[in-house]
Amino acid sequence: MLESVSQTLILGILVGALYALVALGLSLVFGVTKFLNVAHGELLMFGGYASFWVFSLLGIDPFLTIPTTLIALTLIGAIVYQLFFVRMVKLPEETKIKNTLLVGFGLSVILQNLALRFWSADDRGITASYSGVAFTVLGVRFPLVRLASLLTALIFLLALHLFLRKTYTGKAIRATVQDWEAATLMGIDIQRVYFLAFVLGAALAGVAGTLVAVNYSIEPSMGLNWTLKALIVMVLGGLGSITGTLVGGLLLGLTESVTSLLLSSNYREVVGLVLFVLILIFRPQGLFGTKEA
Amino acid sequence: MKRNAYANIGLAVLAIVVLACLPLVVKKDSILNLLILVLLYVVLASSWNILGGYAGQSNLGHAAFFGIGSLVTRLLWILGWPFAACMAAGVASAIALALLIGFPAFKLRGVYFAIGTLALAQILNVTVGNLLPEMSYNPALADYQIVPRYYLFLALAVMTIAAASAVVHSRLGLGMKAVRFQEDAAESLGVSAFKHKLVALIFSASFAGLAGGAFAYYHVSYYLNMPFGPAWTFDPMMMAYIGGAGTVVGPIIGSVFFVLIKELLVLHVGEYHLVIFGTLFILVVLFLPGGLVEAWEKTRTALQRWTRARPRGPVATDTR
Repeated sequence: MLESVSQTLILGILVGALYALVALGLSLVFGVTKFLNVAHGELLMFGGYASFWVFSLLGIDPFLTIPTTLIALTLIGAIVYQLFFVRMVKLPEETKIKNTLLVGFGLSVILQNLALRFWSADDRGITASYSGVAFTVLGVRFPLVRLASLLTALIFLLALHLFLRKTYTGKAIRATVQDWEAATLMGIDIQRVYFLAFVLGAALAGVAGTLVAVNYSIEPSMGLNWTLKALIVMVLGGLGSITGTLVGGLLLGLTESVTSLLLSSNYREVVGLVLFVLILIFRPQGLFGTKEA
Repeated sequence: MKRNAYANIGLAVLAIVVLACLPLVVKKDSILNLLILVLLYVVLASSWNILGGYAGQSNLGHAAFFGIGSLVTRLLWILGWPFAACMAAGVASAIALALLIGFPAFKLRGVYFAIGTLALAQILNVTVGNLLPEMSYNPALADYQIVPRYYLFLALAVMTIAAASAVVHSRLGLGMKAVRFQEDAAESLGVSAFKHKLVALIFSASFAGLAGGAFAYYHVSYYLNMPFGPAWTFDPMMMAYIGGAGTVVGPIIGSVFFVLIKELLVLHVGEYHLVIFGTLFILVVLFLPGGLVEAWEKTRTALQRWTRARPRGPVATDTR
């Protein structure tokens, strides 16, 4: 009993870190630009496919496909931004959120059906040579792939944190979050900051896609599910804070794994969504609502 | 204005008569199936439009009402209830769900309402899929006929459009419009935003529930959670937007356009219709918030201005 409980908690934490990475890009983009890009899950799906193809064609380690996936998704993000999102930068906030949400839906329909055309509706997954390997400590299994994913997720969370804290560009992004008008007066090019945040968000969605392809599987209609997960994490952890995102991801991961243990793994998704709706109703600013990026 | 209204009613009656006579002439099931699809989308897009267009509350959970309507209707029908009673129960459950969702959901404003309703619909989608995973077969399979199904959908579409246009031209519709444009200003003038949103939601949900009932009557076999799928929200929403959100004809135009594009493209380039439809939807959101209806009105006024600008005989100078 004790073992299955600790196993559940460990799996919850491992999955939770992945969820945090899934939400990181969406949260960054929303925090900086107030764009609610609901095509985030579709960007993640494209990231998964990018890794899948590099892995299948070159036969390299799945975690080494991350750099090419980052490049691919940076490009896709830049194209999508310049085509559609750039036109919504100057809208007033409420209209902006609503219109980007709608455009995001249009985009998710487009990307989903393109993926269906390119890669068919088959489920695909990345199976590394060490996929079955796991360590056992005190009777609790630690699957190697999940550990590597946890590490990857933490590296990217930390990297973004350092980027926003230590670099000049990062500080410009944070200044824009705090007060975009004042930031403009200080000579920060808002258009550039928005573009950068969006592209960074797309790239982060790509890495998350790699991890999803390694741990689960990918198929063209997976996007909505992952967008919802990212939204849940964002609302659980509060908008636009990296620590909050990590906490939100862990909370969702733990909630899901405990649900699987107590109820049935069929209701994992449902419990997350119910939690989400309850928080929206009672605490729309999230559990750890801060404005800081 | 008066003459215009009569012309519209005349046109609508003509369209209904033509559509009602069609099964007498057309004997091919494939064409009737196609028309049923258009009519189903007309009902869904128009009913989405009552809340999403007139009252301005982007409901991303419309599929929940469609789904619950079809689920209750189908299950009771399989149990052997008379079909009319099944459909009534379907609508009643859609309205009940609307009331259940309405009170918490309208505490949420704007985008929170949108993602909240999306989450609610997904909760139902997954739960129904978990509880009732089997394929459902039509109880009337032995003597399945398409024509009565066609008339059911036609009647529903006419009812939905009539109700939508009655709402728009009423005090209630004006209130909804006020809530859409400036919720706070509307409140300050004594228009209860909550009441108007809730009434719009109930209207919207009941027609979606009816559509669900008709879907349960029409479809031969499907998974019971299929009508809860997000596409039943997104496709009608895109249709309403492309046609013209917040207008009566917009959703009709959008639905016809959607099915037309789908059919044309399936013949020639395969399943690209959603890529094109998605692109059109984005373009409408970005550049043409009034959709095709607005585009048409703009061209018409431009044409009128152009024809008026040309001198036509002696011009009256002073009208005082």
